[in-house]
Amino acid sequence: MSKYLLNKFLFTVDRDPDLVERYRETPRELVTWWESTMANSLLNCHGDEASTWLAFTGEEREALIGHDHVRLFALGAHPFLTLTLFIALFERDNTEPLEYQKAYGAALAGFTLPYPDIAT
Amino acid sequence: MASIVAVIASTHHPFYYRASTSTGEDRPPFADEWTRKILAFRETLTRANPDVLVMVGSDHFHQLWLDNMPQFLVGKAPAYDANWYNEEREFGLPRMTLKGQEDLSSHILRAGLDEGFDLAFSNELRIDHSITCPIITLRPEADLPIVPIYTNIFAPPLPRPTRFVQLGEAIRKIIDEWPSHLRVAVIGTGHLSLELGGPRQFGPHGPDPAFDERAVGWIADGDLDGCLREVTLDSLHAPGNATHGFMDFMLMMGVAGAGVKADYVDTFDLFHTMEAYFTWYPSPPGGAV
Repeated sequence: MSKYLLNKFLFTVDRDPDLVERYRETPRELVTWWESTMANSLLNCHGDEASTWLAFTGEEREALIGHDHVRLFALGAHPFLTLTLFIALFERDNTEPLEYQKAYGAALAGFTLPYPDIAT
Repeated sequence: MASIVAVIASTHHPFYYRASTSTGEDRPPFADEWTRKILAFRETLTRANPDVLVMVGSDHFHQLWLDNMPQFLVGKAPAYDANWYNEEREFGLPRMTLKGQEDLSSHILRAGLDEGFDLAFSNELRIDHSITCPIITLRPEADLPIVPIYTNIFAPPLPRPTRFVQLGEAIRKIIDEWPSHLRVAVIGTGHLSLELGGPRQFGPHGPDPAFDERAVGWIADGDLDGCLREVTLDSLHAPGNATHGFMDFMLMMGVAGAGVKADYVDTFDLFHTMEAYFTWYPSPPGGAV
C-alpha cells in the first residue's frame, strides 16, 4: 500500500490541465501511462535520477481507474487532494450549485470517526 | 524598534472573491451581508496604517509537497507570485504579485533559529489562497510588502498545538525586537471546524457549530489555557477532518498574547464553514508607540 503514491498521482494530475482532461475522459489509459512514466519521477529532477521502487497495488490502481473517491478515502488518500481533483473532473456536470460536492460527501456517509489514517 | 500595530486572525474562505464580485443571478443571497462584514473587518487593518504585513498561512499542497515537507517555513524573497491554476479553476481567484520585505524575513529567520525554531526558508515561493484571501479581504490594493510564514496543518505528522502557540509568541517577540521604524501588522488565517473530502462536507453550516462557538470564545477572550486544555492533535479530528487549520488561529492567539481579549470580533455563519474575524491592537492604532 502506498498512500504517498496515491497522493502523488492526485497531486501531479490536479496541477496539469491536460492531465485533468485525460483522467476524466480515459482514466484507464491515463493511470496506466502515469504509473509507467511519472510514478517514479523524482519531482524537479531529470529522468536519470528517477526512483526505482514506487508502484500501485491492484486495489489502488483500480480505485483510480474507477474514479472511486469512496475507495480512495478508505485507502487513506489525502481527502483534500482527492476532493480538489474530483471537483475539477465532475463539477462541470452540475445542474445546481454544489450538487457534485454534496453528492461526494453523501457517498461517504458510511464512514464514521475515526476516519482512515492519512499519515504517509 | 518596530511596532506591531495590529494582530489579525481570520478564516480564509476562497469563495469570497467570487461571491463578492458576482452580479445578477450569479450573486449568491449571502454575498451582500458577507461583503458588509468584510468591509468592516478591513477597516480594522486600514486604521492601523501598517507598512508591512507578516502573513501566516498554510500551503495547500501547491509548492510544498510530501517529498520535502517543512513544518514551518518563512519566505525570503523580493517578490511573491500568488495563486495557482487549480485556485483559478475552482475559486476564480486572480493571479497576483506581492512585494516582499526581505529585511524582516531575514530577521525572523535568524532570530527564530536562535529561539529554537528550526525554520525552513524559501527564496522563490508562490503563495496560495491561505495568504491571498486575507489580502483580498483586508488589503485588496495588495500594495504592502509581506513576509509569508507557512505552517503545516495539512500533512501529518503535524507539530502539536502548543508548538503553534509557542511560535506565535516567538514571532511577537521577534518582531518587537526588529530594529526598524516600520509599522507591522501580523495577519494569520486558519479554520474553525471544517470538513474537506469527507462525509460532513458542504453542509448548511460548519460541521461542528458547538466547537465553533467554543473556539470563537477562546480566541475572543485570548483564553489560551482553556483552548490548550481541550485541543489536541487527536481532538481536532472530531469537529471535522480539516480542523487542524485551527492551529493557525492558536498561533495567532500566541502573537496576540495569553489573556488578551480581541478588540474586534465578528462571525458569519455560512454553508460549509463558520467565518470568523478577530483584530487586536497591541498599540494604539494610528497613535504613537
